[in-house]
Parts: sequence; C-alpha cells; structure tokens
Amino acid sequence: MSTIARKKGVGAVLWDYLTTVDHKKIAHLYLISGGIFFLLGGLEALFIRIQLAKPNNDFLVGGLYNEVLTMHGTTMIFLAAMPLVFAFMNAVVPLQIGARDVAFPFLNALGFWLFFFGGVFLNCSWFLGGAPDAGWTSYASLALDSKAHHGVDFYTLGLQISGLGTLIGGINFLVTIINMRAPGMTFMRMPMFTWATFVTSALILFAFPPLTVGLIFLMMDRLFGGNFFNPAAGGNTIIWEHLFWVFGHPEVYILVLPAFGIFSEIFATFSRKRLFGYSSMVFATVLIAFLGFMVWAHHMFTVGMGPIANAIFSVATMTIAVPTGIKIFNWLFTMWGGSIKFTTPMHYAVAFIPSFVMGGVTGVMLAAAAADYQYHDSYFVVAHFHYVIVGGVVFALLAGTHYWWPKMFGRMLNETLGKITFWLFFIGFHLTFFIQHFLGLMGMPRRVFTFLPGQGLETGNFISTVGAFFMAAATVVLLINIVISVKGEKAPADAWGDGRTLEWAIASPPPVYNFAQLPLVRGLDPLWLEKMEGKKELTPAEPLGDIHMPNSSFLPFIMSFGLFVAAFGFTYHQETAWGLPVGILGLLITFGSMFLRSVIDDHGFHIHKEEVLELEKKGANA
Amino acid sequence: MHVEEKLTPETFPAAPERATLEGKNKFLGFWLFLGGETVLFASLFATYLALKDKTNGGPSGEELFQMPIVFMATMLLLTSSLTSVYAIYHMKNFDFQKMQLWFGITVLLGAGFLALEIYEFYEYVHEGHKFTSSAFGSAFYTLVGTHGAHVAFGLLWILTLMIRNAKRGLNLYNAPKFYVASLYWHFIDVVWVFIFTVVYLMGMVG
Ligand code: HEM
Ligand SMILES: [Cu+2]
Repeated sequence: MSTIARKKGVGAVLWDYLTTVDHKKIAHLYLISGGIFFLLGGLEALFIRIQLAKPNNDFLVGGLYNEVLTMHGTTMIFLAAMPLVFAFMNAVVPLQIGARDVAFPFLNALGFWLFFFGGVFLNCSWFLGGAPDAGWTSYASLALDSKAHHGVDFYTLGLQISGLGTLIGGINFLVTIINMRAPGMTFMRMPMFTWATFVTSALILFAFPPLTVGLIFLMMDRLFGGNFFNPAAGGNTIIWEHLFWVFGHPEVYILVLPAFGIFSEIFATFSRKRLFGYSSMVFATVLIAFLGFMVWAHHMFTVGMGPIANAIFSVATMTIAVPTGIKIFNWLFTMWGGSIKFTTPMHYAVAFIPSFVMGGVTGVMLAAAAADYQYHDSYFVVAHFHYVIVGGVVFALLAGTHYWWPKMFGRMLNETLGKITFWLFFIGFHLTFFIQHFLGLMGMPRRVFTFLPGQGLETGNFISTVGAFFMAAATVVLLINIVISVKGEKAPADAWGDGRTLEWAIASPPPVYNFAQLPLVRGLDPLWLEKMEGKKELTPAEPLGDIHMPNSSFLPFIMSFGLFVAAFGFTYHQETAWGLPVGILGLLITFGSMFLRSVIDDHGFHIHKEEVLELEKKGANA
Repeated sequence: MHVEEKLTPETFPAAPERATLEGKNKFLGFWLFLGGETVLFASLFATYLALKDKTNGGPSGEELFQMPIVFMATMLLLTSSLTSVYAIYHMKNFDFQKMQLWFGITVLLGAGFLALEIYEFYEYVHEGHKFTSSAFGSAFYTLVGTHGAHVAFGLLWILTLMIRNAKRGLNLYNAPKFYVASLYWHFIDVVWVFIFTVVYLMGMVG
C-alpha cells in the first residue's frame, strides 16, 4: 500500500475503490473479487469430492449435487479464472508497454463492475430457491427442463451481465495495446504477456457475442415464451450447443494464452536469458487463436453430425497441438543454458510444462472422434480439462500472484511459504486428477452424484478426494502468506533483481501516473538492455511536464447496478406484479447513467510537474 | 492538438475525429466494437436460417412478407445513411449548422423506418405470426427486433448529441462523438441490407 493510501480513513479508501478508474486499482479489485470467487468455487469443489469420497455417499445428493457441480464450473471459469486473468492484464500490461493508463479508463471500471454484479447476481440464486443445475455448459435440453426454481435464469442473466463486462475489457486492451505503446515499443518488441493479452482480447471480441446470443435465446425461452430450443414448436436444442461451443472452445484459449504469457515472462526472468524463439512464440500464439475458432464441434462428436464433419473437426483439433508444441520447446530452450533461479514463480513454471503436456496429450486422444465415443462424458474428459485448466491456467495464476505481488502491493511474499504452497498444490493436483483418467476409462460417468461399490472405483475416488484437501491446504498457506506480507519486506522497483520488462523500472507499487516521463524503448526486454549498459534507469522519451489524468467516476458502478436490478425484475416478471416494473426501473437506471455520461463533459485533470517531482522523490526514498 | 482549443475553419483539422489521442482511441475502439456486433448478428442470422421454416403450423414468410412496405423501409434507411454522410462531410468542413441539419434529416428518416417496422410487426401479430407462436417467430422477431432496437438506440444517441452540443458548436471533444455515432448508423444500415436480402427477399421466393 502506498503511503498516501494509508493516511486515508476506511470510508475514503472504499469510496476511492468504488469510483476509481486507475488500472492499478482496478487490478486490485479484480484480484480480490476473483480471489473470493476462487475460494467459493474451491469450497464447492471440496463438497463435490466429499460426496464422491465413498460409494453411495449421501453428503450431497441429487438436485443439490447438480447445483453445486454447476456452480463450481461456472464460478471457476467465469468468476474466478477470467477476472484473475484480467487482474494481471490490468496490473501489468499498461506498465509493460510504457503507458500511463489504458485507452478507456472509464470503460475499464465499467467492465469490472459489470463482471462483479453479474457474479453477485449469479450467486444470489443460492438464497432464492436454488442455484443453476444444468451444468456449466447449460445444455438447452437440460436447462429448459429445470423448472423447480429460477436457478438457470440466474445463469442466463448473470452471465449476460458479466460477459458484457468481459467484452468491454477485451476492446479496451486491444485499443490500449494498439494506440498507447511508448515510443519505440514496436509490436515485435512487446513482452510475451502483452502479446498474449492482445491476442486474447481479440478472441474475447469474437467469442463472447455468440455466448451472449445463446444466453439471450435461453432467457427468451425460459422467461418470455420463446421457442428457440423447444422442439414441440419447431425449435432445435443443438443450436445452443453450437453457440455455446463457438464461444466455449475459444474461451479455453482466452484463459490459457495469458497463462502462456505469464510463464513466458517467468521463464525468461528466472533463467536470466532472453525468451528463446520470441518471434515463433508470437506466431504460435496467433496461430493457436486462429485455429481455436475452427474446432468447437470437437465437443459435439457424439451429437450425430456425421462422419465428414467429425473427421474435419477431428483433424483441425489435432493441428492445434503443433503451435502448442512449438511453445513448449521454446520454454525448454529458454531454460537451457540459462542461470536458473528457483523462486516460487519458477517452481510453478517448471511444473507447468509436464502437467500441461499431459493435458495436451489427452486432448489429442479426445480429438480422435471415433475414440471420443468412448471417452465422452466420462471422468477422462474431467481429467483432461483439469490438467489443462489447473495445470495451465491455475498454475499460471498462482505463479503470477507470487511474481507480480510485489509490483502490485509493494511487499514481497514470503518465499518459504510460497514454496510450501507450491508443493502442496502440485502434489494435491496430480493426486486429484491423475487417477481420474483411469476412473473415466473404467466407465465412471461425469456429473453423476454417486457410484456403486464393487466396481473398482472406490480407491481411485478416495485418492482423488485426498488430493483435493492438499490443494485446499495450499490455498490456506497462500492466504497466510498474503496476510503476513502486510508487514513483510518492502519491494524495490526491480523486485526480483532480474526484471527485464518496463514494469520493473518503476516504483513498487507504481505512482498513479506510472511513468514520470514516458520511456524510450530500444529493443526487446528494454530494462534488461539498459541494465546491461550499466544504467539504472530507462532512457526518457519526453521532458518532464504536467501529466494528464482521467477523473474518477461513480457512474460505472451505477450502470452495472442498474442491470443487476433489472435482472431481478425480469427473473420474476412472470409470477409477480413487481417484476416487470423493477426490470424496467433497472434498465432506466442503466440507460439514465449512460445518458449522463454522454452529456457531462469529462476532460480529466493535470498533475503538475512540481507534484510529479515531489512524488518521484518520495518514491525513490521508499 | 488540444481538446479544449478554440478552432476556426482554417485551424480545424482534416480528420477531427482522430486529431486527439482520445479521438483516436474512440475511433479504433468503436471499429472493434462493430466487429463484435458483426459476430452477434452473424449468430442471429445463422439461427434464423436454421429455424425459418419451423412455422409450427402458422403462416410462413412467403405468406406474410409484403414487398411495398419493406421496400419503403429499406429506402428510408438507405437514404438516412447517405444523409449522415453529408452530415459528416459538413463536420469535416467545420460547418456546424449544416451538420446539425443533415443529422436532423437522418433522424427523421430513421424514425420513419422505425414507424414502418412497428406497423409491420403489428400486422404480423394480427395474422398469427407471434414471438411465442413458433421457432420461426422467435428467430424472426429476435433478429429483426434486435436490429430495430439498434435503430432506436441510434436515433436517441444522435439526438442526444445534437441537443447537447446545439449551443457550443464543434470542437475536438465532440467531433469524435459525432463521428462514431455516424459509424454506428452505417453499421445498422449494412445489417439491414442483409436482413432485407436474407429474411425478406429469400423469404418471398420461398
Ligand atoms: C492440444 C490441445 C487440446 C485438444 C486437442 C483438446 C481437445 C478436447 C476435446 C476433443 C474435448 C471434448 C471431449 C469430450 O467432451 O468428449 C475437450 C474438452 C475440453 N477441453 Fe480440451 N483440448 C485441448 C486443449 C485444451 C485447453 C488448453 C483447455 C483449457 C485451457 C481445454 C479445455 C477443455 C475443456 C474445459 C473441456 C471440457 C468441456 C466440457 O465438456 O465441459 N482443452 N478438449
Ligand atoms: Cu475445445
């Protein structure tokens, strides 16, 4: 926490965060709320594993199990992994490209609050009859049949709201990266994490609209008498599957490409060596994104699309392994001959390679359409996607937390505790999911709340449950580490001593305006270049002057709150008299604040040169 | 160039919408947003094509669609796109009054389109083609209605900008706003061309 923040009262800090448009504070907001949803999703996972610890268990049965399972998947993907990825994008990308903020600070805040209210809305379902119970994929045939309560409506409306936030975030990062780079920061000098953010944002831009459309259809069918998915009136449930997976497969790359980016930074930093094959890394990232749009139907091999469609999607899917392989070798070659430092982030990076490769291998197995008839909807698929998502994305998020924590909060995390977290998590992860491959091959179906004794499934399931508790323990250690870091060692600008990219050239945490003078970038890894020439600071690209800053605003919060209110209204509009008016009121709040945003001029303000000088002096002493 | 600078026709830049960093960001961001909108409409079109014959015993497109009214609506909207080009032409020449005039005509034409569309929907409902009556109904009203909602939003947006800036004229702060609003208007027009072709023309030949 900066010295300025500490002097303020709690109320002022809270107001500051509610109205902030500063990408660094928005990053904190994403990290905290994503982190809380991660704990919630983790708790749900523990419940699932307790239920499956022994055959015929009755800890969580039937409908409740379906709700917990659905919310686990939905929460982890949309409310934990996505915002945590956004946390690092916000914290790091503007710094890495040498910018003072993102292109649209106001929209950045709006994106966060939309995500936040969407997530809160979704979780309100727990207290209002029941949570969604048709799986995180919410296939229409199941979702239309879920009539006992409004669970699925919380899913369709909540995800529409938070999805809108994600879309806004994606556009913001695209424009930021295209328009706001410091002088000399050409595209082929951008750090890999920035590249990953760029490509991911493009994926978001094209993948989220189909999801929105699918959600609108489902909402129409359930709440407004639509017939998109109702076969009795000519509807077709397969349309949902296509729309969902046209979004869903790119979504997995939306999650994993930033993870690749985080690891690329960590490998280079702690091997103290330039990233091997930088341009092929960029190429592979773009190629994965491109191919990622052509393979969605591999989730639908058993739907009955016919042998030709299956064959095409099967081959297309397998080709993704090629650019992914390129990346794996580049990381290995980055370490080769480097002088490696085994810090906590580096532990995750090294562990990521074999873990993720195993997920990739099962992916290629699943991509063989004929074989997929056997694997589909079994625990083998569960094992596959947890190997890629946990072994890839979650490892990266944990690594990124340890790596960038000092930059974001100005304090080092404890390395010993960090390594304990790592080992507990690593062992727990493999214990939980490795055995699930075999459970799946032995015929255990996914999404079923229990299994019978005497079918050879007992031991495997028990081991899997034990592993989950290891991961829970790891999370507890991480939380302890975070709490004690408040009094921990202060982080210098170049917190690890081996920083290569621009974020390590400025104070930790950075001042509001990031760079007192925009830096001149002279190559890939600009800070490393300067350090190799014996300099301690970046070469400035402009004289010191007044700095233009955007104004804070409470409107993003109100706009998102309006949609939150509207969602409640529409959920209950069929059976209550207040539903429709409340729905309309919510929309009026949102459109009203958009109107205010349009008519009230917002020119921002300036921080004067003298103040900048003073702040820089303070920062240097801290 | 600075946002708050007072400008004359001589000092007004050739591309006022991109003369400031804010303008540049807005310009690019809006183009990207339209990219996302394109995918949104593509999904709606794909669904419509899959469901257009699923009338559930109700009237089909062939029986419903009337050339004269749809053709009129099309003409109104296409013309409004042209008038918005004039408006932007005058904006670039720093002629605020003429810009307002042409945007005003754009809004009127757009309102005419919307009125025809509402009348058309009203007729269809009377003939038994409802949102709730069949998969065709749901897909039709969602596709065409989403477009209509875009038109309505565009109208309100352009009107708001015209009224808000009526007294102070053009500057580099509001020029990008007018410009992206006109981009949005063109986009709506392009989508309509596809709706006209895919829904109405293809629907009438059966
Ligand atoms: C070489 C790369 C990959 C290939 C060939 C591949 C292939 C597949 C296939 C064919 C399925 C469908 C299995 C079935 O339902 O029968 C699948 C499921 C899945 N994959 Fe992958 N995959 C790859 C990488 C990834 C990555 C990187 C992620 C995420 C970061 C991922 C996440 C998922 C998820 C979440 C599912 C399950 C969705 C569900 O049914 O709930 N995959 N994968
Ligand atoms: Cu996939």
